Order: sequence, then C-alpha cells, then structure tokens
Amino acid sequence: MKSAVNSKSRRKSRSSTPGDLVLRSLSFFYVFLLIVLPLIAISSRAFSGGLEGLWRNIVSPQALYSLKLTFIVALVMVVVNVVTGTATAWVLVRYDFPLKNLMNALIDLPFAIPTVVTGIMLVALYGPNGLIGGLFGRHGIEIMYAKPGIVLALLYVSFPFVVRTVQPVMIELDKDMEEAASTLGARPLVIFRRVVLPSLTPAILTGAALSFSRAIGEFGSIAIVSGNIPYKTQVASVYIYGELESYNPQGALGMSMVLLICSFLILILLNRLQVWNRRHEHAD
Amino acid sequence: MGRMLLTACVIGWFLLLILFPVFGVVKEAFQGGIGAFVSNLKEASAVRSFLLTFWITLGTVVLNTVFGTILAVTLAKQRFRGKLIMEGLVDLPFAVSPVVAGFMFILLFGPNGWIGSWFEAGGIKIVYAFPGMLLATLFVTFPFVAREIIPVLKEFGLQQEEAAYVLGASRWQTFWKVTLPSIKWGLVYGITLTTARSIGEFGAVLVVSGSIINRTQTATLFIHQEFTDFNYSGAFSAAVVLALISFGILVFMQKVYGGKRRS
Amino acid sequence: MGIRVCGISKRFGDFLAVDDVSFEVKTGELIALLGPSGSGKSTILRIIAGLEVPDKGEIYLRKTQVTSLTTQKRRVGFVFQHYALFKHMTVEKNIAFGLEVRKADGSFIRKKVAELIDLVKLQGYEKHYPDQLSGGQRQRVALARALATEPAVLLLDEPFGALDAKVRGNLAQWLREFHNQLQITSIFVTHDQEEAIEIADKIVVINRGRVEQMGNAREVYENPDSKFVASFIGRVNVLDAVAGDGRVVIKNTPYAVGNPDAAAMKDGDVVLLIRPEDVGILSGPHPYAIPVEVRRIHYRGSHYEVDCLVGSAFLRLIQSKNGFDSLELSEGKKISLVFNSYRVFEAQEGHAEVRAKLKELGYIE
Repeated sequence: MKSAVNSKSRRKSRSSTPGDLVLRSLSFFYVFLLIVLPLIAISSRAFSGGLEGLWRNIVSPQALYSLKLTFIVALVMVVVNVVTGTATAWVLVRYDFPLKNLMNALIDLPFAIPTVVTGIMLVALYGPNGLIGGLFGRHGIEIMYAKPGIVLALLYVSFPFVVRTVQPVMIELDKDMEEAASTLGARPLVIFRRVVLPSLTPAILTGAALSFSRAIGEFGSIAIVSGNIPYKTQVASVYIYGELESYNPQGALGMSMVLLICSFLILILLNRLQVWNRRHEHAD
Repeated sequence: MGRMLLTACVIGWFLLLILFPVFGVVKEAFQGGIGAFVSNLKEASAVRSFLLTFWITLGTVVLNTVFGTILAVTLAKQRFRGKLIMEGLVDLPFAVSPVVAGFMFILLFGPNGWIGSWFEAGGIKIVYAFPGMLLATLFVTFPFVAREIIPVLKEFGLQQEEAAYVLGASRWQTFWKVTLPSIKWGLVYGITLTTARSIGEFGAVLVVSGSIINRTQTATLFIHQEFTDFNYSGAFSAAVVLALISFGILVFMQKVYGGKRRS
Repeated sequence: MGIRVCGISKRFGDFLAVDDVSFEVKTGELIALLGPSGSGKSTILRIIAGLEVPDKGEIYLRKTQVTSLTTQKRRVGFVFQHYALFKHMTVEKNIAFGLEVRKADGSFIRKKVAELIDLVKLQGYEKHYPDQLSGGQRQRVALARALATEPAVLLLDEPFGALDAKVRGNLAQWLREFHNQLQITSIFVTHDQEEAIEIADKIVVINRGRVEQMGNAREVYENPDSKFVASFIGRVNVLDAVAGDGRVVIKNTPYAVGNPDAAAMKDGDVVLLIRPEDVGILSGPHPYAIPVEVRRIHYRGSHYEVDCLVGSAFLRLIQSKNGFDSLELSEGKKISLVFNSYRVFEAQEGHAEVRAKLKELGYIE
C-alpha cells in the first residue's frame, strides 16, 4: 500500500515539471473562459428565476411548437441522410465512374460553405423564382419558406457527416467476409443486410448522431430558407433568436437550456459509439 | 445493372442537393451582368463587412492556434485529475447551437454580465462590438486545432521527445525541432478548418453583434441583411464571393489532407 | 469425377494470372495446389468457387458445367486464408449462417450446428465471438462453417498460412484425418511443399499461372519434370556444368558426372540438380569420383549436414550419425563424392526462380 502511494507520487512529481504546470494552467484558463464560464453564466441565469418560470417558458405553445418542429425535421433529415449517405459512401468506395475523385473531393463542400450562403443558394435554386422551385411552384408545391425547405437545408449542411464517418469503415471492410457469405449461398442483398450492415452500424449511428446534433442547433441556413413563421416554420434556434431580438432573454433561456442538454446527451452518446466502434475495429 | 442504377441515383442526389444550388446562385448573381455584380460588391457596407470578417478570422486563427496547440499538448502528454471532463468540454462547441453560444456570451460579457459589467465600468464594450464577435467565433471554432493534433501527438508518443532531451535539447528546442514537424499537417488542417468556420460563422456572431450596419457587420451578416431587405442581387453577389472563398479553402484542405495522409 | 478444370485463363490488366490450366480431381480426393506466392494458385481456387470469372475455359463440379453459375449456386465449401469469420456473430451463428440463408428448418440447423461443433472439437465455445478464439480455433470454425451446407467440394485457400509453425503441423495432421473420415473432394492451396507432401493425395505444382507438373508426392519429388519443380519440391543442390561430347563436366573442375543421357543433351551450359540425400561419400575408388574438401559441418540432432566445395560451388550432403562417425569427418578433410541420382536441365530455363528458391533455403548467398 505504502509503496503504491510512493510510486504514484513519484510518477506525479516526474511528470509535472514547471513547464507542464504552465501549459496546464493556460489550458485550464482557456477552457474555463471560453466554455465553462459561459455555461455557468447561462445555467445560473436560467435557474435564478426558479424552475417553474423556466418550465413555463419551455411549454409556451409557440416554444413547444418550434421544439417539436425542430425534432421532427431533424429526424426526417437523419433518416434520409442515413440512406443517401451510406449509398454515397458505398458507390464511392466500391464502384468506379467518371469524375469519381472530383465528387469525392466535393463531398466536403457543405462544411466549407457558410450556412448563410447555403441558405441563399437553396433559395436561388428552389425558391419561388428559382429554376427548380418555380417548376414546383407552378404545381402548387412550395419548397422554400416551408417545411421541405428546412429539411433540404439540414440535408445540405449535414450531408458529409454520414458519408465521411461510413466511408473509412467501408474501405477497411474485410471483403473476405462477403465472399465467405456468397460461398455459403447468401445473395447480394442478404450479404449486405447480414454481413456488411452490422459492421457499418456503429459508423452509421455516429454519422446519424452528428447530423442530428447539427440539425437541432442549425441556424444560418434555416434563418434564410424557412421564412421563420411562428407555428409553421419556426425552429428552436430561430425561436431563441426571435426572443433575443424582441429583448426577451428570459424567454430564450428555457429553450437554450433544452438545446444545451440535448447537446450534452448527444456528446455522451457519441462517446459511447466511439468506444463501440473501436471495439469493432479491434475484433480481428 | 443494380450497380449502375445505384450510382446514377447517388450522382443525381448529389447534383440536385449539393452542386446545382451552387450553379443556381452563380446564375442569379450574374443576372444583371458582371457590372452589376461588381458594383454590388463595391458598396461601402459590403467592403467593410468583408474587412471585418477578415480581422475576426485572423484573430481567431492566431488565438485558437496558439491555445489549441497548448491545449492539445496538455491533453495528449499530461495526466491530471479532470482530464476526461476537459476532453469532453473541448468537443462541446461542435454540439452547441451557435445561437445558444452567442446568447451565453451576451449573458457573460453583456453590460449586465458578470465579466461584461467590469469592462463596461472601465469603458470597454465587449458585446455588440469586435471583442464579443471575436469571442463568439473563438468558441465555435474552439475544437478544430486541438482535435486535429491530439491524435497525432498521441501516436507520436514520448520517445522521440525523450531522445531529444537525452541529446541535450531544451523543451523549447524539442518542440520546434521534433514535435512541431511531426504535427505540421494536422496543425495546418486544423487551421484551415478554423479559417473556413470563422469566415462562415453566422448565428453566434449575429447574436453578439447587435448587427450595427457599417460597424459590426461581417460578410455573412451583410448577406443576411441584404436578403431580409429584399436586396437579392446584393445578397447573391456577396454569397458567390464567400462560396468562391470556401471553394478555395476546400481545394486547399484536400491538398493538406493528402499531405496529412502521406506523413 | 469430383472437379474438372478445363483450360482456364484469367488476366488482371497486363498480368496473366492463370494461363490455360487444366486438371482433374477424383471424387473423394484431397489435392494440393502448390506454388510460390503470385503463381496464380489462389486465383484458380477462386475461379472454381465462382469468386472470379475466368476469361476462358470451363469448370465442372460433379459432371455439371458450372462456369456460368454464381457462387451462391455452386454449393462449394470455401475456407479463407484469414478465416473471414463474421466478427459480429458467435461461433454458433457463424456455422449456422449458410443454413439460415438457405432457409433450412430451425431444428435441423440446431442439430447440424451441434454436430459440427462436435466434429471440430469446439464444445463450450458456441457462444464465443471470433476475437475470443485462438488462430487454430478460428480455422476450425471456418471449416465447420464451410461444411455446414454439405458442399460437394471443399476448397481451402492457404488453410494454415496464418498459423504459427507448431499449430500448423498439428492442424495439417488433423485435416488429413478429417478428410479420411469425411471423404469430401477437396483442393487446398499452399506454398509449403512439406505441407503438400504430408497431407495431399496428389500435388499440382503451379508456376507463373501454369501447371508445371501433377502427380502424387513421390512422383513429383523423384521425377520432377522441370528444374522449377525439382527445386521447389524438397531441397536441392545446384551445380553449373557444361555438356559436350557426351559428357557433363562440372564448371571450374575437370570432373564429369556419371552416365548422363548424353544423346538427349544439347551441347552448352546446363545445371545439375542433386538432392542432398543422393550424394554419397566414397570409401574406395570409383570411375566418377569427385574429390572435394569438407568445408563446414552442421549438427542437426538426428543427422549431420556437410558442406563441401566443388570447383567454386558449395554442395550440401546428408550423413547419418553412424556414417559420420565411421568416416571420421572433420572440417578440412579431403573426401570423394559420387552422385547416386541427379537431373540435368538446360541452364536458361527458369534460372532466376531456382536461384531465389535456393537463397530462401539457405543454399546460396
């Protein structure tokens, strides 16, 4: 027991030179100033008025509607994104076609383009005066300033998440397993469902969680494409901004806390997924 | 057969969702000809907004590179209590809505905030001014540099540094001559991501800026302003410029990514 | 007839991996495709399984032409080099997979899986995942999985390649016994000639995508058709020599070797291939005696190996302990040798490969 304590303290003394301490203090300072302090500020403000006031903010009809809308459009986006993202990764990894490398490079475009620009671009094409939007408009289908527009914007900004998390796992995929399944009589779809998909699941879920997290917080592109109509196209982040613009920070607090808690939960989920993913990789 | 169909579907989806909107906005921006496009950009408020974006991006890149590297070295090489929590906190800005981020900074640095009230007493304005916008951008780009180099540092391990110490190199020399070259690509990649996000950040900056025309408007805020004022051609023109810059960054990122993978 | 391969060729880009290969495997036989890496033997196996499509040629399984059938319909058992077990399934689930996708009855699957687990001696490991098993155990799961669907033929790609030497020997023995028990027509691919000699009924030697020779172990070892086969199967000494005037003279020496089939020999450079056990040490005079000097003696436990200098080349021979003691061999001693058996090949033919093989075996630097 005593020697254990000794060796521990020895290790500690060896690894903590004055230089280490300076680095560590600077790190603590930066994290504290930029992340911890703002979190404390918002939480203490939120709870200073008591839980009841906070709760009333959250369950006000307009807030509740925007929260519900946020989750629904995020879920719809995630479902579409999982399918299209996995398919895109598959095509990029397994098939050859002209300009494949160019397409592979452009997958990251949504991450590079500012979200406001994304919104503007979508309006330019899918808006009432846009090339495609006009076409739909003539048949009475509204894309921009309506719910489909929000989903479209979310799909755009989160497109790379699923592709880029699934792609590396797909490249590493053991092709022997698929061949083994085919010698055992499994048809391509069965092989995909029973052999390929289970190996991809952690990566797909990670991509889905990242997309979802992005979607519930997304603001820039939605602010442009949604029209921000309460009870129709107003999502949570736009609701918060609206409350702030009308000098009602109290109203913004409840919704902010809900979004923050969601962020925390997703981070924890992502951490678990990473552990799972790593176990999958090492199961060789 | 199925293979061709799937490929066609994926390419079609990619064009419709990602690429056609880019062409769409370029077409709209040049609707009135190149002259109109240029004169839109020559407007004083447009020029000022791009300048402000430049300064915020520069400040963010410098501060987050220095502190991000310090943070990464600390997290990768040291053991201390609370390290896991700190690692989790580093990722947090990716998950937080930018609007909420901006809101948090108003609460903390605003005229009535804990820290803001001190500065206000000293006559320094943080929120609704440049410092606040810089802080908000620092927050949203916080993880990029650290996240890119932590894995490289961990893989790099201690041995080469210890070898340098044994050969008589000081800590500082070791960092410059041994550690830095090995994390070079990760660092450049992290800086590139930070730059892209700083230029493009909108929500957090919007909330803390108070959007005072000609004074606290960044390029993205300018685009939003023009759009909400129904001045579409101005919005489209500025958007094309930002899209072009993003495209340049993307190309650079691909090059760096190639370098990163090689090393 | 179990398997018939007729004139198959396969090209990958510029590389001709399989070049007009034909052979036949009788029902119940266990044959080895033996060749160095990159010789195309795995590709042949994959073509039989339908995992690759040949550019030319036909495959028959049990008299049925299957060339255009998909892998799924061929009903072959295939054991992969790195097992290719489904990582996310237990041992049981892995074995059951083939029956499940063929929609077999649940109780039948359970019975069959239990039977196979018994057969490959993995009782108690049913619920384990592949990463919880040793290499040998994984190999046996892979075998059980391949056998579950009762395939007409069993194909094994370097079945012991990924195992360490000791496990490998045991498993090879076990596979042979296993085959005797089940009598399922089998082909296995290997680059290890000892493995092939030990367990195969017949060996097909593959080099550069072609069949070099085919026969049982003894035929291939004692009557190699080509220099490649001679050097690839077993250990062999190579001596450069010159043929002319009905004589074969070892280079850099005045000595000729006995009774070559001189009429068949073209004049010019040749190589002599002599197995170490075919080199005799003479105690008396002999018309074709070759005087040499003992350069180095290697103690091998059960026997001795002796390196001698012939002209400018080293020659290795094997001596029993008794022979060694009675001859009083020592380094530097002068002795006379005779070649009891050897083969002569033209020098050009596949020289580089022979050299590479000899280097691998440690005969030459």
